[in-house]
Parts: sequence; structure tokens; C-alpha cells
Amino acid sequence: MTVLCLVEQDGTGVSDASLRALTFARALAGGRLAAVLFADADVLASGTPAGQELAGYGVSDAYVIEPGQLAGYAPLAWARAVAGLIEGAGATAVLAAGTDRGSEVMAHLGALSGAPMAANCVAAAPSGDGTWQITRQRWAGLLLEDAVLEAPAALLTVATDAVAATPAATPASLAVHPYQPELADGDLAVRATESAERSSGVSLATARVVVGGGRGVGGPDGFAPLEELAGLLGGVVGVSRVVTSEGWRPHKQQVGQTGTKITPELYLACGISGAIQHIAGCASAKHIVAVNSDAGAPILSHAEYAVIGDLHQVIPALVAAIKERNASA
Amino acid sequence: MEVLVCVKRVPMVGGKIVVTGDGQDVDARMSGFAMSPHEECAVEEAIQITERLGGNVSVLTLGPPAAAEQLRDALALGAGRAVLLETDGREWGPIATAGEIAAEVRRRAEAGQGYDLLLLGNEAADTGDYQVGVRVAHTLGWPCVTGIKGIEIDGGGVRARREYRGNEELFEFGLPAVMTVKEGINLPRYPSLPGRLRAKRAVIEEHRPQWRPDGLRKEALRVPETERKQAAVLGTGTDAVPALVALLDELGVLP
Repeated sequence: MTVLCLVEQDGTGVSDASLRALTFARALAGGRLAAVLFADADVLASGTPAGQELAGYGVSDAYVIEPGQLAGYAPLAWARAVAGLIEGAGATAVLAAGTDRGSEVMAHLGALSGAPMAANCVAAAPSGDGTWQITRQRWAGLLLEDAVLEAPAALLTVATDAVAATPAATPASLAVHPYQPELADGDLAVRATESAERSSGVSLATARVVVGGGRGVGGPDGFAPLEELAGLLGGVVGVSRVVTSEGWRPHKQQVGQTGTKITPELYLACGISGAIQHIAGCASAKHIVAVNSDAGAPILSHAEYAVIGDLHQVIPALVAAIKERNASA
Repeated sequence: MEVLVCVKRVPMVGGKIVVTGDGQDVDARMSGFAMSPHEECAVEEAIQITERLGGNVSVLTLGPPAAAEQLRDALALGAGRAVLLETDGREWGPIATAGEIAAEVRRRAEAGQGYDLLLLGNEAADTGDYQVGVRVAHTLGWPCVTGIKGIEIDGGGVRARREYRGNEELFEFGLPAVMTVKEGINLPRYPSLPGRLRAKRAVIEEHRPQWRPDGLRKEALRVPETERKQAAVLGTGTDAVPALVALLDELGVLP
């Protein structure tokens, strides 16, 4: 049985979400684990970061669609290429990380084949009768659905927090196969034509520390101490939905079901009550510390530690204490 | 510009999600229902587009008779026409749902009043299938892009923007087209009083499509088992700062 996994890159390596998807796919495969990448075949040459990562995660075959064949991100064309590979590689399941691109390409793949696609799976296993028993996230992970998937080839996206990225016990020997997809008319009608430079600074999704601000911040002018603290800790500010709905901060800073899912070492949630949609975005933080004036706020049943008090006093005092500590160090 | 916005009635969940006794649905008896958040923004975007370019906004939902409430919410904001694809309360999968939306688009085209643009939310808040818009686009043979955070339309062409790993991606394509949008593309307006009155009186077009199964069959819903914690209180007010600094030091996040 061959499981085929769409792999996204991050710089010269494999993205963390794809490493997680590969970990999930390997457990499912029990046979051959294959990867499909839209990249220059050189990035997988032996000794390269991506090549080592794929081999380390147990990938024995990488199918590479090079920019000469298909340049830039084009969701339908990517799906067409993967569809061609399902037959070529004899795949019984195709997986991608439940990222924006992974979800989009898998949706197109489902539409191309008319087959169902199960989004944000956290568990999957073949039942032996041609069906798959799966568990998938609903409500951004606040709810789980047990379901039966009936399809010739299972199409799944893997929830980005389903498993931790874990290399294989023994690395595979990676064979790289350049692949020429047969595209149809119109497959390139939608293609990313411009990609601005990566915005400088730490991104919310990958930040090691996130300082959260909610309704308790009080208004657009209340974020300066949070920004200062985030800066001191090498982190970024994240906010709750009410903050973006009120227009206090831009939406790209929102943590939650309709914003970004964060996975920091520390999430310091200030003046955030802890609505369940917000918890969906921050539950994967390793440690949650709440600063809240209400000792009964729901966030306290998701946090490990709490300070009961007004963030407008606690945060400036914390900033001062850290600065003092730095000065004396 | 004729724009169709597809919306979904979903339970409002606040503090926690409760599953019904049969494990088939979210228990919304106490919480009520609302339009899925990305779709509130899709309605707003459609209204803004027609304010700029002229035309009409239609809004569609596939759901139980009570989903007319969400259609009236959209009418109150400025949509001019509403279509209810009425179900018997059973949950529809994305393939069957997309098929019925495409059927409505074709009905309208046959009536000589075809849509130029379909807007949906990137994913429904409840089922999170991430695929209805894409499947509709395939059925119609229209271009499609998902997760959009900015739309410009001129001369029959669309420029759609979204974020990708901190970068901005730009897509350019022609109409008719399907786009799914994400919250943050705009700040939805509140309904006006005349809008509400107009919505109350509006006639909703109704169809009753036949339920059919998708290849993904729900067995049961359950709330994941998480360790329910109660935070250890480090202290009160600024008195807690030394303990907080010690904790941050222990977690290794101090410079």
C-alpha cells in the first residue's frame, strides 16, 4: 500500500506542518510512503535539508514537479498533477497538511475525481473492506467527528495539531522522480502571480512567545505595554476576536477559530475571557498563563497559571521588572 | 454585477460545546444560531462590490426552514434576494451541497439572470469541510480561489489577494468566478432599521432538494477529552510580578 503526501517547503527545508503530515502518513502507510513536491529537484539532492528530512521521515519516493513543468502556485494545476500521480504511484491514500494550500489542493483533488475529501483528520485507518475509519476535527478542533470514508483512494487533510513531527525509527533511502503532469486547459487560469517579500519580524503562527490581548485591553490605545512585553520576550502580540471585530487591531493578529492557530512555548493571555473560539486557536500552546481581573473567567480553566489583577497595572510592572533584571544581568 | 453569497446557519457556541444525546448534532437549544463568521464577511463584501459597481446581491442557504432567519439577516444588511434550499434537518455533505448550489446557479442562468460572482466562506464554522466552493466551481467550470482577504474587480477581471506564510499572494482571473473569503477581508456593517423592516417583509424563494449521502458518513460527534485544568494563581495585582518573572525564567522565555 502506498500513501502519497503533498509536501510544502519552508525555505530550503520541509514545512513543519508537512513534517507532521508525513508523520501521520507514515503510521497510515505501513508500506511505501511517497511525497509529492512542487520544487526544483535539486532541493532534494542527497545531503540537502529537504532531502535529509524526507528520508529521515521515512519517505522512499519523492515525485517532483519542477518549475519548468509548472511554475508558481496554481491550485487546480497542482491538484491535476497529484491526480495523475495517484494512478502512477498506485496510491491508496493521498494526504496533505490542513494548511491553506493543503486544504485547497485537496479540495480540488476531491472535485476533480468526484470523491469525498475528509478535512482535518486526527486519526485514520483502513477498515479492510475498502472503507476508512477516520476521526476528524470540527469547530477547529473543539469537536471530533468519527466517520466512515468510502472512496477508491482516501483523500485526507491532516489537522496541523494532530500529531507531533517525529522522524522514522530508521531513515528511508530516498529516490527522486521528476514528474511531468498532464495539465488540462484552464488549469492555470488561477495562479499566484506575485508574492510580496516576507514581512519582517516573527509570525504569529510560529512565534515562541505570544502576548495576547482581549476586551480587557480596553481600546486601540491599550496595546503599547503588550507590544513592549512581546518585544522584550522576542514574541508577538495576538488578540481575541472582539479586538479585531471592534477594529482595535488588524485581523491578522487574531488568535482563534477564524484567525490563526498558535503553538508557542508561552501564551500570556491578558484581559481575555476565553471564549471557546479563542481556545481553538491557543489550545496548542505549551504553557498558558492568564492575567485577568476576573478570577472566574473561563480562560482560567485552560491556563496553567494565572495572575488575578488589572493588566494595565500588571503588564507595565512586569515590563519594568524584566528590564531591571536585564540591566543588572 | 450579479453576486450570489452562500451562507450557513450554525450554532452559536460560547463557553463550551455540548453534543446532543444521540451524538449527531451540537446541542444549540441554549445558544441559538448565527451565520458562520467568514460568511458574514462574504455578505459584506458582496454588498460593497455592488455598491461600487452596481448590480444585485442574492443570498442562498441550504438548511432547515429556520435557516430563513440567516437569510433575513443578510437581507437586512442589503442583499436583495434570498433563496432557501430547504432540508428536512439532516446534515448535508459538501458534495451534495455543492451540487445544489451549482443547480441554483444554472437555474438562474437559464432564466437569463446569471450570476457573475459567487462568494462563500473559506470554511463553515461547524463542519469545517473546506471544499464546497471549490466543488461548485468545478461543476460550473469557473475559476476558483479560496481564503481571500482582498478583492478588486474591474473590466471583467478580478484581482484577489490572500496571505501565505506571511507573504501576500495575488491571483488574477476573469469572471464568472467563485471565491471563498476569510474574516478580516472587511468589517461587516450592522443592519439598519429600514433594512430590518425590509428583510422582515421580503419573500424568500424556496426549493426542496432531495437529501443524498456523500462518501463520508458521520457516525458520531464527541467533545475531545482534554485535561480540564484550573490555573494555579501566582498572586494578585502587581504583587504577583516577582512570581511571574520567576515563572517566565523557569519556562526559558526571558532574554
